[in-house]
Amino acid sequence: MRPDVAIGELSERAMLPSEHPVCLIDENGRPQPDRRYALPSAEQLVAGYRGMVIGRRINDQCSALVRQGRLAVYPSSHGQEACQLASVLALGDEDWLFPTYRDTIAVMARGVDLLETMVLLRGTWHSGYDPTKYRVAPQATPLATQLLHAVGVAHAATLQGQKTVVLALCGDGATSEGDFHEALNFAAVFNAPVVFLVQNNQYAISVPLHRQTKAPSLAHKAIGYGMPGVRVDGNDFAALQAVVTEAISSARAGQGPTLVEAHTYRIEAHTNADDAARYRDQSEVTEWIPKDPLIRMKTYLTDAGLLDSDLQKLIEHEANEQAAVLRHGLNKDVELDPAVLFEHVYSVPTPQLREQAALLADELEREDAQ
Amino acid sequence: MTMVDSATHSVSGISASVPETLSMAQAINRALGDAMQEDERVLMFGEDVGALGGVFRITDGLTERFGDKRCFDTPLAESGIVGMAVGMAMNGMRPVVEMQFDAFAYPAFEQVVSHVAKMANRTQGAVRLPIVIRIPYGGGIGGVEHHCDSSEAYYAHTPGLTVVAPATPSDAYGLMREAIAFPDPVVFLEPKKLYWSKESVDLTAPVPPIGRAVVRRAGTDATLICYGTSVPVALEAAEAAESEGRSLQVVDMRSITPFDDETVCAAVESTGRAVVIAEASGFASVASEISARISERCFHSLASPVKRVTGFDIPFAPPKLERYHLPSVNRILDAVDDLQWED
Repeated sequence: MRPDVAIGELSERAMLPSEHPVCLIDENGRPQPDRRYALPSAEQLVAGYRGMVIGRRINDQCSALVRQGRLAVYPSSHGQEACQLASVLALGDEDWLFPTYRDTIAVMARGVDLLETMVLLRGTWHSGYDPTKYRVAPQATPLATQLLHAVGVAHAATLQGQKTVVLALCGDGATSEGDFHEALNFAAVFNAPVVFLVQNNQYAISVPLHRQTKAPSLAHKAIGYGMPGVRVDGNDFAALQAVVTEAISSARAGQGPTLVEAHTYRIEAHTNADDAARYRDQSEVTEWIPKDPLIRMKTYLTDAGLLDSDLQKLIEHEANEQAAVLRHGLNKDVELDPAVLFEHVYSVPTPQLREQAALLADELEREDAQ
Repeated sequence: MTMVDSATHSVSGISASVPETLSMAQAINRALGDAMQEDERVLMFGEDVGALGGVFRITDGLTERFGDKRCFDTPLAESGIVGMAVGMAMNGMRPVVEMQFDAFAYPAFEQVVSHVAKMANRTQGAVRLPIVIRIPYGGGIGGVEHHCDSSEAYYAHTPGLTVVAPATPSDAYGLMREAIAFPDPVVFLEPKKLYWSKESVDLTAPVPPIGRAVVRRAGTDATLICYGTSVPVALEAAEAAESEGRSLQVVDMRSITPFDDETVCAAVESTGRAVVIAEASGFASVASEISARISERCFHSLASPVKRVTGFDIPFAPPKLERYHLPSVNRILDAVDDLQWED
């Protein structure tokens, strides 16, 4: 099968990332001119800010709900909200999102019901939403395996003449996995419409980036597959939105996949079960606090006259309302029917599963009778 | 999408109702071609399946006939092949993928076990994956290391997978057609030793469905239970036993998951003795599972403990030694002799 863009057609220079990550609004909230990427519209920036404020509120609400025992675990994306929002807001309705366990905010930003999203982390099932309804794959807990599924959805889209683009998320640790390599290689060979967005938050649980790779950057890996690699400031919503939007347009136009590396930082521990003090200095975290994606965006929007205290209050009110929906929903205990354990293993349960379901039903009946 | 129902099987290219002599390899090739002809969503991909037609020629002519968008070569990466199939199935296709050899399917293990097997359950039935993973398996062909494994236990141990192993060309065709049309993922184990075995096949004649075992030979003294590569050996043993005055029944499982307890129990209860035969190493194997099921379910009909004749618990033997490892007619007959025959 000959790809539409033959290997070597893209110049080496075009596949290599720039020396510095693309940045359109710096950490002081000042716009930075860029030769290649234009600043997104005022409307897009306000929508992004709104989403990030809500996302931050939900991240912090979920961390609190873990402490209260209402969630089994929560891998927070506190500090990575720009990546979560910019990527999803660049997608069209016909596109697909392949998120990881740390991308809960991205899943919600795609429109998935808050409580359906939390099913995995609440522990009531492995995934709570219909992927085909939202075009959002179940949040992947193994690393990098979902990238291949993304390539499959994308290649099937090409074969069926759909204009679908697939956005596949992963972290820096996942780039060491074999499936990362296979997915990027397959995507390039089949010229599949996929955008790979690596949220490089510097840590895979406790292991820092320099123990994952000797590459000059993760985006440099792209040239090895024959696709462009782009580095972007992962705390700059504007730059992320511009870069991901261009990568999506390019994929939709039949120009194949792109690897985007977003430089960001995991402000909190891996999950509530982790103790980050065992492997990193608090001073390192403190250094990243001023680079927060929300602060710079707030400064920029305020200076540009796009955000006043009324709008700020409105957005915060909305964030509080969503956090309340989540809190109330998760504070309610759910009645779980154990019979569901057997229902979806196969389209039609095997005779053995029917026997086992009957065994459990009998156990429960006797328990009830006591 | 062209969906042709069974009433129009005579449209060009679809196998017609005339018995013909086919090898198992040809029967599987016909099944793939017929399924691709009937349903545009059916795709075939893997390593060397395009121009070459697969190292065993199972996909011979499919690229020529359906084009390289329907039957195509992928980069050499099994996890990639299976992972991509998952995504393609999520987007409406019905992929059939070839793992070149049993042991070369292991790089895909995580995709098979964590995703292919679990997606329907994970999504409460919202996403079903109609994928067929074809795996030429087993020894008896003089293959070198990594080319002769019987890997069925890994798959059979994984809830969510349907695992079948045909032993005849008719079954290979019928089970493959059913596997491709199946709503759930199927691991289709092709006994490569039997690829060149032939029989007269009426491709339009239905075979029993996935989940059903069949009695291949009637007998009254003991039941031999087998599947895939071990079926012809069991039949040969039964033939030999008859000349020694012992009547052995042979049950071909065909489908490992779902398992046909009903047929197996009825058979074993009718003879009161059972020997389970499989090439795979016996410890923690499918043969062990079958043996345990018989002991649990048919204990009061048994005149003797259930015996197993399996490969030894060793890595698959090199070609010059494999005959010592594989279940043989003599080893089966010895096991039958060892059953308790007198009170």
